[in-house]
Amino acid sequence: MSAHTTANQRTGWGFSVGTVSLLVGAVSLAVLLIAANATDPMMAAHAWIFFFLTVSGLLITGFWAGSLQKRDPFDPAFYEDTIVKFGVAAAMFWGIAGFLVGLIIALQLTFPNLLYFPDFGWTNFGRLRPLHTSAVIFAFGGNVLIATSFYVVQRTCRTRLAGGLWPWFVFWGYNLFIVIAGTGYLLGVTQSKEYAEPEWYADLWLTIVWVVYLLVFLGTLWKRKEPHIYVANWFYLSFIVTIAMLHIVNNLAIPVSLTGSKSYQLFAGVQDALTQWWYGHNAVGFFLTTGFLAIMYYFIPKRVNRPVYSYRLSIVHFWSLIFIYIWAGPHHLHYTALPQWAQTLGMVFSVMLWMPSWGGMINGVMTLSGAWDKLRTDPVVRMMIVALAFYGMSTFEGPLMSVRAVNSLSHYTEWGIAHVHSGSMGWVGFISFGALYCLVPWLWKRPALYSKSLVEWHFWLATLGILFYIVAMYVAGIMEGFMWRAYNEFGFLEYSFIETVKAKHIMYMVRAGGGLLYLTGALLMAYNLIRTAMGHGEARSTATDETSTPNPALQPAE
Amino acid sequence: MYETLASFAQTWGLGLFVLMFSVAVAYALWPGNRETFREAAHQPLTEKAPSDD
Repeated sequence: MSAHTTANQRTGWGFSVGTVSLLVGAVSLAVLLIAANATDPMMAAHAWIFFFLTVSGLLITGFWAGSLQKRDPFDPAFYEDTIVKFGVAAAMFWGIAGFLVGLIIALQLTFPNLLYFPDFGWTNFGRLRPLHTSAVIFAFGGNVLIATSFYVVQRTCRTRLAGGLWPWFVFWGYNLFIVIAGTGYLLGVTQSKEYAEPEWYADLWLTIVWVVYLLVFLGTLWKRKEPHIYVANWFYLSFIVTIAMLHIVNNLAIPVSLTGSKSYQLFAGVQDALTQWWYGHNAVGFFLTTGFLAIMYYFIPKRVNRPVYSYRLSIVHFWSLIFIYIWAGPHHLHYTALPQWAQTLGMVFSVMLWMPSWGGMINGVMTLSGAWDKLRTDPVVRMMIVALAFYGMSTFEGPLMSVRAVNSLSHYTEWGIAHVHSGSMGWVGFISFGALYCLVPWLWKRPALYSKSLVEWHFWLATLGILFYIVAMYVAGIMEGFMWRAYNEFGFLEYSFIETVKAKHIMYMVRAGGGLLYLTGALLMAYNLIRTAMGHGEARSTATDETSTPNPALQPAE
Repeated sequence: MYETLASFAQTWGLGLFVLMFSVAVAYALWPGNRETFREAAHQPLTEKAPSDD
């Protein structure tokens, strides 16, 4: 089927536009009713935000559909790349916002009096902290995953995204969820479940969006033109399926009323705690691990132009992660009311996880076999390989910290903060930056990035930033862990709690400095990527721009 | 209820999961799949348009 015949057929494109509009229209009517009858101001604010954004979406869709003329917007002869471009831009925006809020709350912990505004409750650490975690994990990470999964599934299945306008519903719907979640934290809307703070209505909306995401992904796999489903898609699929399951079960709640923001959890006590950490740990396992491993399995081979080191190992890696990760959650509840056997089960499965994690790391790093020089010459490859080094480090440290005796020292201290940030800034952040640096020249058809030396700057600033961050937090964590358990000769605790906090002041300053370096690197990346998309500097196209080829006579020799 | 579920999980459930995992590993290591996997590993390296056959 050639591009010319399909361009004029334009069959059935309106079906997905119609069904998306019907759903969004129904939602906007429902939220208008809620806005009119809201029982608390937070619900009213959220219903109006929802209403305004869904109606804007409908209007924009209408204008867009009206301007199409004869053009088929979902021509199957081409890949859907515009949505990936939007995802890249959203990821960059949310990433910088999330890193900035992280820096602000790091400074609040360092200088509590300086950054305390009693008249503005929404600037409190308690409000900003979930804003930071959700912005970096779900807004930055989520948009990276949606964008890369849409890119990779099309390329490896050699077919356009399924579902017409529905992928766009996924992208905008997901970002609407982010806006509702983020504004909710500032307003004080929370169900106080870590990494699952948004209330029942936001959870319902995300459920709809996520099920559509699953259907779009499955539909694309279904109409693939390649016989084998490439391993990266397995990782993406496990991420989508498991997050759906985790999200639904952990957010089972009864709203107080359909027009109020408050709800009560279905589970209580230790059952609720276990459900929460079953969710929490598998969010790490299936959002921050398998999703980003999918990026590794596509972008590293593609960037170095070599097949993955061992495809067999990638399959064993996949299934062992799937079978083991789901049981590791109870290690978050050592020394609690959770039965001892369940804690031990979580610990044993966490220790077992070390093997598939390192198998995957080795598989990614060894893909460079015979191309090791790229570590020196290509800072983007170096970034992704350093990401794998951090992946290996934090997946070695995680099992260690899950051992009950180690956990008695590490839990509730800054050691945990060091651990999650070596995983998130080092692994998730660097593999995402690598993917973004790959994607922008590919999507905007540029021969290279605007500036390679800016990538070098980003790499070193961010690496130094992470090192300052985690070293400071390891020192602070182990120190406070020992201070908490120190007894004097009379059997009393040696230190009051505030003394253990004061002792961390210098380390907090170093940590904030590390965060500043990391944020600066991300700002350089955003500048570099924008200039790349615009085709400036080294990204200037040599094929179309005659002025940029000073010696065209040399070219035919290639 | 709890006793029934727990005893099922500790016996048949465990056996079933071990069996399922063994099937996955056997699939990965099966000598006959070598060529399929070699082709699959090279698949991302060639950029093709959706209309190419």
